[in-house]
Amino acid sequence: MTGGCTVKLEVFEGPLDLLLHLIKRNEVQIADIPIALITDQYLATLEQLPELNLDGAGEYLVMAATLMLIKSRLLLPAEPGADGEVEEDPRAELVQQLLEYQRYREAAERLVDRPVLERDVFRGGGERLGGGSIATDGPPVRDASLGDLLSALREVLARAATPLPHDIFRPGLTVGECAQRILARFALGDGVDFAAFFQPGAERDEIIVTFLALLELIRLRVVRAGQTERFGRITVWLATASLAEAVELARQVTETETETWGRSGEDERQRPRDH
Amino acid sequence: MNVNALEIIEPRADHVVPDGQRVMDRLQAIVESLLFAAAAPVPLARLVQALDGHDRREVAAAVRRLAETYEREDRGLRVVEVAGGYQIRTVPEHGPWVRRLLGGRPPRLSRPMLETLAIIAYRQPCTRPEIEAIRGVDVDAVLTTLLERRMIRIVGRKEAPGRPILYGTTPEFLEVFGLPDLQALPPLRDLGELADILRATDLSLTPEGVVPTEVEGDGEGHSRATDDPGDGS
Repeated sequence: MTGGCTVKLEVFEGPLDLLLHLIKRNEVQIADIPIALITDQYLATLEQLPELNLDGAGEYLVMAATLMLIKSRLLLPAEPGADGEVEEDPRAELVQQLLEYQRYREAAERLVDRPVLERDVFRGGGERLGGGSIATDGPPVRDASLGDLLSALREVLARAATPLPHDIFRPGLTVGECAQRILARFALGDGVDFAAFFQPGAERDEIIVTFLALLELIRLRVVRAGQTERFGRITVWLATASLAEAVELARQVTETETETWGRSGEDERQRPRDH
Repeated sequence: MNVNALEIIEPRADHVVPDGQRVMDRLQAIVESLLFAAAAPVPLARLVQALDGHDRREVAAAVRRLAETYEREDRGLRVVEVAGGYQIRTVPEHGPWVRRLLGGRPPRLSRPMLETLAIIAYRQPCTRPEIEAIRGVDVDAVLTTLLERRMIRIVGRKEAPGRPILYGTTPEFLEVFGLPDLQALPPLRDLGELADILRATDLSLTPEGVVPTEVEGDGEGHSRATDDPGDGS
């Protein structure tokens, strides 16, 4: 309906998906997989799969190795256990994994069968879901890469105050504190310009630690940095549902980092107050 | 509506019922206004707060009556319980027309997204490695998309080596799939049932080799333990 022509290829979501497909196609019991047959078909399918990306290929190959291992184990005569105990079927673990995966696939199907908001049912107000979020509003936003962030940092550093030669490190400047300071800016609203995190006239050490804090927050997915065009301005958004949540999360996750970054002189001050 | 002579003599006593009725009708109409204007799901407590002077039971009854009215009159709207509150939404059958009017594309829900979402929904809080163990594939990109769509959020870190990030679902997730709360998720096919499937074909190895209790008809290719020139090589 949306125009264009879609060629439906058999695309698999991963090795387990492919295995389940083969099991279904051969109409065999999931708990009693004819390993030799399935392994052969699995390998044959792998060869046909066009241009697997490197990551994807890795996952498929690991499964291929697992299948071949199971197959070879099945060919070996089973050694009776010490007290006649029955040995586990070499397939058991794989079967368990397949069943577990199948379980969630069914759950996913049941989810999508529900009336989905903005697909089947609509709420009032004409307001789009997640109003104000970068995913739905305005021009598409691409994540700013580390390179983008570094060049933005370079600009900020170019405007930095000339460092005083004797003042190497100002006390009390930690990544944890800078992270909280960064998040405080979101109290005024989401979508903060990158440059706004750096106070005019800030010194290099402060800028660097603030930048590290920002990277840390991005890494922990508390915030997201993005831009609407390449080399465009970088804007930072909250990635959590609320600011309070972001602050709590940052406090929790930077606790360990604070210890790492805290300098010896301040260790007393760095200790979490509640312990 | 019949004016009764008695009413004139004893207005208070006789008006109790019609008055109560009118109050309830008005309350129902006000609730309708509130839910319409809010658009987002409104918790009962918030309705009670806004409807100063009415107790919880009355407000709950008004919501219920509003919902019944919509259904009984076969209207284009429904009052549904989602994400811990009440919301007025269009009926699913009218979806195609509404979508055409609004012109938006329906939200994209790919299989990797749905599978990952299902795992997080049922197992939360859970970590990326846990999800990957189940799906057998890298889920980094999918998690980013789900975070962007605000269907999941970071809920903390696991006290385990590397302190991996823990994910959970958001109220938006409940809203998108029309769920009142997480307990409303349909139960997963349970492990007991899975174990039954395993038992049905007996996976245990006997000292003589793997012999399934029921031998499949084709018997080729997958006869185990014993030499099988048909495959291998």
